Amino acid sequence: MRFLFRTSYLKDLEIFQHSGQVFWYGLLGILLLIAPLVLDPFYLGELSQVFIYAIAGVGLMLLVGYTGMVSLGHAAFLAIGAYAHARLMTYGVPLFPSMLCAALFTGLIALIVGLPVLRMTGVYLAIATLAVAEIVEQVLTHWASMTGGFRGMRVPDAEIFGMALEAPRPFYLLCLFVLIACIFGSLNLLRSRTGRAFIAVRDSETSAVSMGISLVRVKTIAFTVSGVFAGLAGALFAHRIGHLAPDAFTLLTSIQLLLMVVVGGLGSMHGVILGAIFIGLLPQAIALARDVLPQFISRSSGLEPAVFGAILIAFLIFEPDGMYGRWLKIRRYFEEFPLYRKGTFKRQRRFLTTERLR
Amino acid sequence: MDFDVTSQILIIGVSQGCVYGLIALGFVLIYKATEVVNFAQGDLMMIGMFIAFTFLNILEMPFWLGFICTCASMALVGMLLERSLLRPMIGEPTFAVLMLTVGLGFLLRALAISLWGPEPKSIENPFVGNVLRFGEATIGYENLAVVVGTVLLCIALGIYFRYTKVGVSMQAASQNQLAAVLVGISVNRVSSLAWALSAAIAGFAGVLLAPVSLIDPQVGLIGIKAFAAAIIGGLGSLPGAMIAGIAIGVIEQFAQVSLPTSLATSSPYVLMLVMLVLRPGGLFASIQQKKV
Repeated sequence: MRFLFRTSYLKDLEIFQHSGQVFWYGLLGILLLIAPLVLDPFYLGELSQVFIYAIAGVGLMLLVGYTGMVSLGHAAFLAIGAYAHARLMTYGVPLFPSMLCAALFTGLIALIVGLPVLRMTGVYLAIATLAVAEIVEQVLTHWASMTGGFRGMRVPDAEIFGMALEAPRPFYLLCLFVLIACIFGSLNLLRSRTGRAFIAVRDSETSAVSMGISLVRVKTIAFTVSGVFAGLAGALFAHRIGHLAPDAFTLLTSIQLLLMVVVGGLGSMHGVILGAIFIGLLPQAIALARDVLPQFISRSSGLEPAVFGAILIAFLIFEPDGMYGRWLKIRRYFEEFPLYRKGTFKRQRRFLTTERLR
Repeated sequence: MDFDVTSQILIIGVSQGCVYGLIALGFVLIYKATEVVNFAQGDLMMIGMFIAFTFLNILEMPFWLGFICTCASMALVGMLLERSLLRPMIGEPTFAVLMLTVGLGFLLRALAISLWGPEPKSIENPFVGNVLRFGEATIGYENLAVVVGTVLLCIALGIYFRYTKVGVSMQAASQNQLAAVLVGISVNRVSSLAWALSAAIAGFAGVLLAPVSLIDPQVGLIGIKAFAAAIIGGLGSLPGAMIAGIAIGVIEQFAQVSLPTSLATSSPYVLMLVMLVLRPGGLFASIQQKKV
C-alpha cells in the first residue's frame, strides 16, 4: 500500500500523483502506440470506435459526472459535429481546421441551447436536450440540400500526412491522439478553478453559490465544453462510418452515451474509458446472446434497447459508482485486508427537500 | 382558410392536445408527489393501451368493465414499479433517478414488443362511429370522449390535491421528506400511492387514446411532447400542464397546414424552448430559481 505525503498544495493538483501512475500510464500509452503494428485491422477499427465513444464520453462525464446534470440528447451534438465536419470537408476545408470548426460550432449550438435552460434545475436540461435531439433529427431529415435528407451524405475522403484516413492505422492513431488530448485537456480543466467549481456545483448548489460561484456561468461552461467534445467525437465518427444518415443518431445513441458514463463510474476519467470499452463490446455480446436465447426474445427488435435499459437500471440501483467504483472497492479491500471496514464506501443518503418554492 | 376549416382544425387540435395533457397530468402528479421526473410516463400509457387491448379484444370484456380493469391493473403496475425500482433510489441524487426512469422506458417498450409483438393493433370502444356536428365542423365521439374524460379527470385531481388529506400529505412529502415524516406522514406509502395513481391515469389515457391512434410499442414517444407541455405549463402545475397540452395540440395542427413538415413536427419543442427563454418558470410557475 502506498502512502502519499504531500508537501505543498500544488502537489495535490498534479495530474500524476505518484511515480507508479507515470509508469503504468506510460506503459499503457506505449502498448497502444505499438498496437497498430501487431493487431489485426478489424480490432484496430473496433478500438478506434471505443476511442470515439470515449471522446464523447469525456465530454459527457464533465457534464453528468462532474457537474451533476443530465443530457438526454447528446446524440444530437454528435450528429451536429459529424454533419458540420462532413459539410466543411466537401467545401474543401482541410481535415484539422474542419474538425476544429465542427467542434466549435457544436459548442456554439450547445451554448445557445444551454443559455435559457441552465437557469433552471437539472430536470429542465434533460427535457430540453431531449427536445433539441428531436428538432435536430427533423432538421437532418428535412433540410435535404444541406444534409442529404433521408438518404444521408457521403463523408469525403481525407488525407493525413500523405496517408489515406480510411486506412485503419492512420485513423486509429488519429483517434488515439485526439482522445489523449481530450483527456489531458479535461483533467487540466478539472484541476483549474472552473473544474473545481463544477464539482462544487454537483455536490451542493447552495454551498457552491455561497462560495461565490455563479451557477449559471459554471453550468453553461460545462454544457458548452461537453458539446465541443461531442462535436469532436462526431467529426471522427463521420470518418468511421463513412456515410451519414439521420438514423445513426437516435435517442438510443444518446442513451448509449449516458449508459457509458454510468456504467464506467460517474466522476472519474477512468470510468469513461471502462464505460467506452463496455459499450464497444456490448453489441458483440448481444449478438452472441441472440444465438443462445429462446427465439421469441432473440428475434425481438427490442432486445438491444432492453439490454441497455436493464444494465442502466441495474448499475444505478446496485453499483452507482460504476465499474471504476467497484474496482476501487476491491482494491481497497485487498490493501486493507483483513482490516477492511464494511462502511468505508457507504453512501450518504439525502432526504429530499423541494426546489419548488411557494 | 375559411371559418369551417379553421374550426375543424381547432377541434382536432384540442382533442389531440388533451392526450398530451393527460400524459402530462400523470407526469406532473409523480413530480408533485415525489419530485421524480418520470421519463417513462409515455411508455406507461403505451402499456396501458396494450393491457386495455388484452382485456377488451383478447378476453372480450364489456367496455366499461375492461376500462376499470385496465386502470386497476395499471395502478398495480405502478405500485410494483415503485416498490421494485424507485424505492431503493430514495435519497439518491435527482439525476440518478431521472436516468433510471429513462432506462425503465426502454424496458417497458421492449416488454411490450416481446409480449404483444411489434405490429400495431387497434381496439374499438362504444364511442367510435358517432359524430357530433357544429355547423360544418364535425367531431367524432371518440375524440369527444378524450376531451370530456380529460376535463373530468382534471377536476377530480384538483379536488384531490386541494381538499383530501392524502392529497395534501402527498404535497407535503414532495416538499420536504424529513419534515413530512416528522409530522407522521408515511413517505413510502405516499410515494407508492403516487405511482399507482399516475399509472392509473396513464391507463385511463391509454384507453381513451387507443381508438384515436394505433396501439404501437413506439406510441409512448409522444410522451416527449407531454414533457414539453408540462414544462410550458410550469412543472408541477396541473392546470398548467392541461392548458399547455391543449395549446401544443392546437398549434401543432395549425402548423401542419401552414408550415413545412420539419417545422410542424418540431413545433412543440420549439415552443418549449421559446417559452424557456421568455418565461423560464412556465405559464403557472411553481418552480422558481433556487435562491440562496
